[in-house]
Amino acid sequence: MLGMKKSRTIVQTLSNSADASRAPADATEIGRTFAGIGVSPGRIIGPVLLMPAAVREPAVGERLAEGTSSEEASAALRTAAKAVQTDLTDRSISASGAGREVLEATALMANDPMLVKAAVKLITNGASPERAIWDAAASVAEMLHNLGGYMAERATDVLDVRGRIVAELRGVPAPGIPYSDTPFILVAEDLAPADTATLDPAKVIALVTSSGGPQSHTAIIARALGLPAVVAAVGVGALADGTRIFVDGAAGTILVDPGADEVALAKAWETSSAALAVFDGTGRLKDGHLVPLLSNVGGARDADKAAAAGAEGVGLLRTEFCFLERDTEPSIAEQVEAYRGVFDAFPGKKVVVRTLDAGADKPLPFLTDASEPNPALGVRGYRTDFTSPGVLERQLSAIAQAAEGTEAHVWVMAPMISTAEEAEHFASLCSAAGLATPGVMVEVPSAALTAASILEHVDFVSLGTNDLTQYAMAADRQLGPLAALNTPWQPAVLQLVRLTVNGSHDEGHDKPVGVCGEAAADPALAVVLVGLGVATLSMTARALSAVAAVLASVTLPEAQQLAKLALTAHSATDARRLVREKLPILNTLGL
Amino acid sequence: MSERTAVIASRVGLHARPAGIFVAAVGELPIEVTIAMAGEPADDAMDASSILSIMSLGASNGDTVVLRAEGDGADEALDSLVKILETDLDAE
Repeated sequence: MLGMKKSRTIVQTLSNSADASRAPADATEIGRTFAGIGVSPGRIIGPVLLMPAAVREPAVGERLAEGTSSEEASAALRTAAKAVQTDLTDRSISASGAGREVLEATALMANDPMLVKAAVKLITNGASPERAIWDAAASVAEMLHNLGGYMAERATDVLDVRGRIVAELRGVPAPGIPYSDTPFILVAEDLAPADTATLDPAKVIALVTSSGGPQSHTAIIARALGLPAVVAAVGVGALADGTRIFVDGAAGTILVDPGADEVALAKAWETSSAALAVFDGTGRLKDGHLVPLLSNVGGARDADKAAAAGAEGVGLLRTEFCFLERDTEPSIAEQVEAYRGVFDAFPGKKVVVRTLDAGADKPLPFLTDASEPNPALGVRGYRTDFTSPGVLERQLSAIAQAAEGTEAHVWVMAPMISTAEEAEHFASLCSAAGLATPGVMVEVPSAALTAASILEHVDFVSLGTNDLTQYAMAADRQLGPLAALNTPWQPAVLQLVRLTVNGSHDEGHDKPVGVCGEAAADPALAVVLVGLGVATLSMTARALSAVAAVLASVTLPEAQQLAKLALTAHSATDARRLVREKLPILNTLGL
Repeated sequence: MSERTAVIASRVGLHARPAGIFVAAVGELPIEVTIAMAGEPADDAMDASSILSIMSLGASNGDTVVLRAEGDGADEALDSLVKILETDLDAE
């Protein structure tokens, strides 16, 4: 941020020629900066495209405009529905995989005879076309919702289509990620998991949101795609489409109409990110202390990518990929096939399988109760075994079968363990299934505090820092206003990491403590975690090289020193700043 | 009035991708086709060109549905639709 003011005069001269056509109202923003939280490194310059706000509901009981006949209004509605269908169909052609299927299905819904007929009927009774489609779609969505399961999930698609039709009738941009032929920086309030289906990483070059925190979906999407991203940047919603901005995804800053300094920084990032794309496959500190760097994966395709990126194994296999989008439990045979695909990518290496982690933000119709008042504190993760016994045992048996005949070293761990008794029960289930290396995740503070007792029953623990932070700080991961609380840099969260490592020492067999949360992907925090005694780090494959480069710049005593600094800091901001100041390599690499 | 019955072959039942393929095929026909669960009155039959109607029908794998249509070429049209329903579209 410092030094940006200095370049402002240069910025103005440059931008005059480039943006002569810009409205004068934007000119007041030249050189303006926004500060947020950097969640995915990278320095880049590009034009802004705003994600349109959600479509406003037409007034209840809104009538046909005077002078408009119901025939004209019905024709307008049909035209709008057809236009939305055409738009979605066109976009489905350029999409791929799951995104394509979602678009094809919603395209059909947009011009659905049942929906359009119901709306036309309401128009004939005097309703405005906007209100008519609003109410007609609401009835359809309710009907689907009442059918439950898979159908209930499709209710969201109907409401999405409704918003698009109303936007079309009003002549305003369609809700959702804007479509453009040329690359742009997406500015939004926040992104939902559903937006990932339509986010084209070839077009979106950076993400900036006014809301959301370091663990929000925007942050996770950005890291997975390797896009520079800043969240919780208050005020960015006021930027105009086409405005050129500079985004620094490490510092968490945005500058409107960047100048020569920022152009140089963006150029330097291009070079260093290319160099950073290489990881030699061995994570180690400057003094040779080994820190195996593993990858978090969600399926065989991910696993192949991670192996190609040099990952020393899989520290977290999310098995939800087998279960999500389904209304019934997958068969053991289906599961065996899916897991084997991952094991085959890592012969001779460790693959840590996390058993099904449903509930909270990952509901499953056959397993979790969507009506819980407080799902983050509800029946989720390992706890679904209380209410739906059998699913976990069948999954463990599938994992054991998949492990047979592969060369991968298969470890298994349960999510959302709170007590040593739960760990003991899980270990007995693993042993009954013939799985030799059971472990548990430490996400609930109680598990960190009782790590020694827990480790008497299992062979390893893995810290899930996203949930551990949310529970330690009592701050919902998705809430923008709580973003400052919701960072693993919080000294309290680091204390819980330390206590977990201490618990392992106390237990006496030096059983490994790993980290598989987003914290491991932050190169500066990775140093702190290693300094605290964490043995392995598991992260999105894209982060491997950056983390490896920074780890290689410090010795173990230095990392321990930095860990002490962070632990005793007065705030998360101080902890981060103090550690980053001592790691000059971060600035050199633009991380 | 021509009438055919078909047993849903797709493992996921008649929704998601299989429903989309079926609806697209109906949409290409020049005649109107209705669909109902076997045993339900013809008056309750739904528009087979509507993905939302098809989804609300809730036909699962192994369920029998009745297709009805009138006019020229109705028999051939229904035969082709039966073929689609009796293929496991989800497997392709």
